Amino acid sequence: MDISQVLFYALSAMALGSAIMVVISRNPVHSVLWLIVTFFAISGHYILMNAQFLGIVNLIVYAGAIMVLFLFVIMLMNLNAETEPQKNKWLKLAGVVAGGCLLLVLVAALKQAEVKGKVAQLGTGDIGLIRNLGKALFTDYVVPFEISSILFLSAMVGAVVIGKK
Amino acid sequence: MVIERYIYLAIALFCIGIVGVLARRNAIIIFMCIELMLNAVNLLLVAFSKMHHLAGVAKNASAGIDGQLFVFFIMVVAAAEVSVGLAIIVMMYRNTHSVDVNFLNRLKH
Repeated sequence: MDISQVLFYALSAMALGSAIMVVISRNPVHSVLWLIVTFFAISGHYILMNAQFLGIVNLIVYAGAIMVLFLFVIMLMNLNAETEPQKNKWLKLAGVVAGGCLLLVLVAALKQAEVKGKVAQLGTGDIGLIRNLGKALFTDYVVPFEISSILFLSAMVGAVVIGKK
Repeated sequence: MVIERYIYLAIALFCIGIVGVLARRNAIIIFMCIELMLNAVNLLLVAFSKMHHLAGVAKNASAGIDGQLFVFFIMVVAAAEVSVGLAIIVMMYRNTHSVDVNFLNRLKH
């Protein structure tokens, strides 16, 4: 096994373990911290696949901005482990069984898939570089790019309008 | 790395997110599990873009770049959605002093 495969399995184990800890943690602040670890693992996967722009943007936007926003809101509401409401034990078990059934169905459906043997290129490849992404973004996809700025404006206005007393 | 490993990893992360949405009562944790699901899909899209790039790079130098651009736009939408969603949660908390989704179903009454 070369170093890429070792890194892949290590990052996958880190991502899956911290995702399970997000769901299991009683304290919401701990859940946020475990989710930040998950985002670091996923950014590691992006950089392993040489998607450099997305790896860095994932860290900046998700772990750096969105999770900080979550932490602000949790601190604002002063949530901690004692005041945390708990679902009925059987409902939690039903949730786990439902998620497990979906996992089984999706994995079984892919056993017959035609993508077997195709390889995702690790470590090299030009399309993750910011120059090529920028060229494609500003030539082929310039209209969605400009419309996303309108989306942000409407989200900001909406958040302020919802938050006013 | 064969593409099935990435598919299974993304499916596992997605299903962990679904279990989180179903099994937790705190609205903020549910929201975080939705972000986890979005990230699982992002990972799979980037893996597929690398697969298509490898398959099509002889014909077109930027084959498979659409997947990564789609991930960029998913991150844009997720950021906007988080800001509005958290504003809604803060408003519900201000009115009812609870973020318990069993208590927040009062639209029904």
